[in-house]
Amino acid sequence: MTTKNFVWNIAKKYFTAGLIGLTISDRYASLTAVRGSSMSPTLNPHAGNSSRFAFDDYVLIEKLCLQKYKFSRGDVVVFRSPSNYKEKHVKRIVGLPGDWIDLSSIDTLRVPEGHCWVVGDNAAFSTDSRSHGPIPMGLICGRVTHVVWPPQRIGRIDGTVSILPEVQVHVSEEH
Amino acid sequence: MTTTAKLLQFARQWKSTAKEMLGHTIVLAQFFSLLHLTENYICSPTLVYGPSMLPTLNFTGDVLLVEKMSTLLGKVAPGDVVLVRSPENPRKTITKRVIGLEGDTVTFLVDPARSDRSHSLVVPKGHVWIQGDNLYASHDSRHVGPIPYGLLLGKVFYRVWPPRDFGPLGQ
Repeated sequence: MTTKNFVWNIAKKYFTAGLIGLTISDRYASLTAVRGSSMSPTLNPHAGNSSRFAFDDYVLIEKLCLQKYKFSRGDVVVFRSPSNYKEKHVKRIVGLPGDWIDLSSIDTLRVPEGHCWVVGDNAAFSTDSRSHGPIPMGLICGRVTHVVWPPQRIGRIDGTVSILPEVQVHVSEEH
Repeated sequence: MTTTAKLLQFARQWKSTAKEMLGHTIVLAQFFSLLHLTENYICSPTLVYGPSMLPTLNFTGDVLLVEKMSTLLGKVAPGDVVLVRSPENPRKTITKRVIGLEGDTVTFLVDPARSDRSHSLVVPKGHVWIQGDNLYASHDSRHVGPIPYGLLLGKVFYRVWPPRDFGPLGQ
C-alpha cells in the first residue's frame, strides 16, 4: 500500500514538473538543437565539413516576442515551414512588411503586410524565402537569442544582417 | 546573545513562512500551467464577431468553443469552421470555413457581387483554402491566397453564446 502511495506521489511530482516546464517553454523560453548548415557560421559552423566530427548547436529561443510580434531586421527566428507545418526552420529576418526585395537584376518584390522575408546566413545551402516566398509572421514560433552549447561558443546571437549579393533590401520609409 | 545566534533565531522564525510561501507559489504555478495546457492544447472559448460567416455565425458576436487537438494532429477536413491567425496581421484571429486541403482543386467566384467569373486552382502542399460563408462580405483565400496550415489555431465545434443559438455548429 505504501509503495503504491510512494509511486503515485513521485508520478504526481513528475507530472507537475513536466506541466510547469511545458508552460515555461511555450510562453517564455526554451532550448532546442539546430540541425543543418543553412545558418553557418552563426549556428552549426562545422556541419558542412564531413571531415570534422561535430555536434549540433543548442540555442535558447525566447517566446516573449510573440506577444506583440515586433521583430527587427537581423533577428534569427524559428518558424513553422509553410509547406509542412510539422517542420520548424531557423533563419534570419532580412525584410519586414513594406520592404522591397531584389530577387534578381530584373525582379523586385514588396513584402506584404504581416509577412517577412527570411534568408539563411549560409545562403548557398539554405531553402528560405527565395524558394517559397515571404512567410506570414503568424508562423513564427520564437526568436533565437543565445547559443548555449558547445561551451566555447556560448554567447548572444549577432543581430546584424550580413549584406548578401543575391538579396538587396530597400527599406521603406514608413518603418 | 551574539549576532550569529540572533541571526539564526531570525532565520528559524522566517523558515516556516518561507516554506508556506513556496507552497503557495507552487500551487499557483500548477494552476497556471494547467490553464495554459487546457487553453492551448485541448479547448478554449473565443469571442468572434463580424459579417463574414453569416448566416452561420452572428454579426454582433458569438462565444465559440474551439478545440485544438484536431489542428495539432492534422485532422482538419473540408467543411470545418476553423480559427485562423490572419496572414496579414499575426495579432488578429479570423474565423472561416475550410473549403479545400492540400492537393484539392478549388473553384470559386472571383467577385460574386459584380460578375459570374470563376477561377480554379490546386491548393499547394502544406496549405488550406478558407472561405467565409458570406461570400459578399468575407476577406479570405479568394483575396490573400491559400494559407499555410501552420496558421490554423483550432476547430470550432460548439457555440455557447447567445443562448438561443446554443449548440453544435452545423455544416
